[in-house]
Amino acid sequence: MRVLAIDTSNLVLSVAVMDETRVLGEWTSNQNKNHSITLMDGISMVLNQCKVEPEELDGIAVAKGPGSYTGVRIGVATAKSMAWALQVPVVGLSSLQAVAMNALGYSGGIVPLFDARRGQVYTGLYRSEQVVTVKNELPDRIMLLTDWLMEVKEAVGDESLLFMGEDLHIHQAVIQETLGNQAIFPAPTLYHPRAAQIGWLALQEFKQGKGTDAHELVPDYLQVAEAEAKWLAKQEK
Amino acid sequence: MYILGIETSCDETSAAIIQDGTKILSNVIASQAEIHKRFGGVVPEVASRCHVESITLTIEEALQEADKTWDDISAIAVTYGPGLVGALLVGVAAAKAISFAKGIPLIGVHHIAGHIYANRLVEEMEFPLISLVVSGGHTELVYMKEHGHFEILGETRDDAAGEAYDKVARSLSLPYPGGPHIDRLAHEGEAQIKLPRSWLEPDSYDFSFSGLKSAVLNTLHNATQRGEEIKPADLAASFQESVVEVLIEKTIRAAKQYKAKQVLVAGGVAANKGLRTALEIRCEKEGIKLIVPPLILCTDNAAMIGAAGTILYEKGIFASLDLNGMPGLLLTE
Repeated sequence: MRVLAIDTSNLVLSVAVMDETRVLGEWTSNQNKNHSITLMDGISMVLNQCKVEPEELDGIAVAKGPGSYTGVRIGVATAKSMAWALQVPVVGLSSLQAVAMNALGYSGGIVPLFDARRGQVYTGLYRSEQVVTVKNELPDRIMLLTDWLMEVKEAVGDESLLFMGEDLHIHQAVIQETLGNQAIFPAPTLYHPRAAQIGWLALQEFKQGKGTDAHELVPDYLQVAEAEAKWLAKQEK
Repeated sequence: MYILGIETSCDETSAAIIQDGTKILSNVIASQAEIHKRFGGVVPEVASRCHVESITLTIEEALQEADKTWDDISAIAVTYGPGLVGALLVGVAAAKAISFAKGIPLIGVHHIAGHIYANRLVEEMEFPLISLVVSGGHTELVYMKEHGHFEILGETRDDAAGEAYDKVARSLSLPYPGGPHIDRLAHEGEAQIKLPRSWLEPDSYDFSFSGLKSAVLNTLHNATQRGEEIKPADLAASFQESVVEVLIEKTIRAAKQYKAKQVLVAGGVAANKGLRTALEIRCEKEGIKLIVPPLILCTDNAAMIGAAGTILYEKGIFASLDLNGMPGLLLTE
């Protein structure tokens, strides 16, 4: 089964083509170029290099958030439109899980995070299962980092925690101060999401027949729009 | 020749199939108006979220209604500006993805060119022509000497006409969107309140509506302070008369100067009955041919994008896969 995987949910742009046995090609850029301009040319380039025609794809995988709202939408709109036009299944996967996959095989808790401004982070607690996949132990959320560190510590006790993500430098000091040696910061080569990891996760889903109908695929922002939140707050008063 | 049009520049997700640039085979519009009502205006983030949810369904419905498959489609025409950037990006991403997946040429269309070309779905264009573009975001007088050629003779220096309508409606506590309510109220009242007309310089085709809007607010404010009551219907009628008079005078002057064979009205405010009726009477008197699209083609829709895209298709002007949403795109770019 040949899968096209894409991630545009944060600053990194990544595209991969793969099947169950190997990654045919992958392109990842951390140059913060406009994803809207770059994504389709990137897909075209990777498919070209792998000598795969669009109609030879059997499925599409996309990082569906959390992350930049616009970035997530560019990826999801592209993935669902391609999947629908090609009549192949599509699957949306957590952008956090994609990063956590980089720590496959790590024995402690895996904590991917993206900055969400005002002291908040998008994050979740993951655990490696064999050296095959990572699963959520505490679900993805948006939360104040300080509250999150308390919660995650309570969940894992004294176990080590591997922190990952391109925005780590914003929060590293606070994490270190709160958790001390319990917090591990790996090499930065593990920080950015790779589309091949998303493709691999998607292949597991497809194998179980879990692909989504293209029309049904929507982003997972993890929070309502600000105007919506204000409106809801007003209703409660 | 069949063109798929896609439009997501504001709060309408729309897809349409247009035959030969003139015939609508389908024009599916998923409106978000109800969703934005409670916010008192279009919320960009909410609009973008809605677009991404319904984009493929809307396109599928357009194909099904037209009874066409991808093999029938010569090109995909998509609005790439101006508009809300997050909203534009959804339509642009979808159009590019389908274009690439199915090997169908891609065309980028200017939203206002679309509004103008809505008229070609009603009647064939004859050049030269003058188009009055009036909507919530635009008030422009456009001169066209041939297909695909646009020259802006004048535009608003502050508020768009539709914007002024919405603001005046709010001051009268009318629900959003306010334009249709003012139009309705105006017909129940009499234009007996003196309000200014903003003509600007004698030879200018530009518009300005912020002074008029302030005059309406002042009139209301002064009346409240004096404890007098102003009939909202009279104020609506007076406001509408001022807007319509300026729009029509400038349009007719441009039509005469450029020896226009037709005057086209485009944009959401073209649905305004007061404007339509007054323009009809005036154009008939002046012996100028007037075209005003039906209501459904005045507000945002993809049929008009397909119609405008057809001209670019015939001229061989295609977009590449790096097409981007351009919130401030100019008509003359």
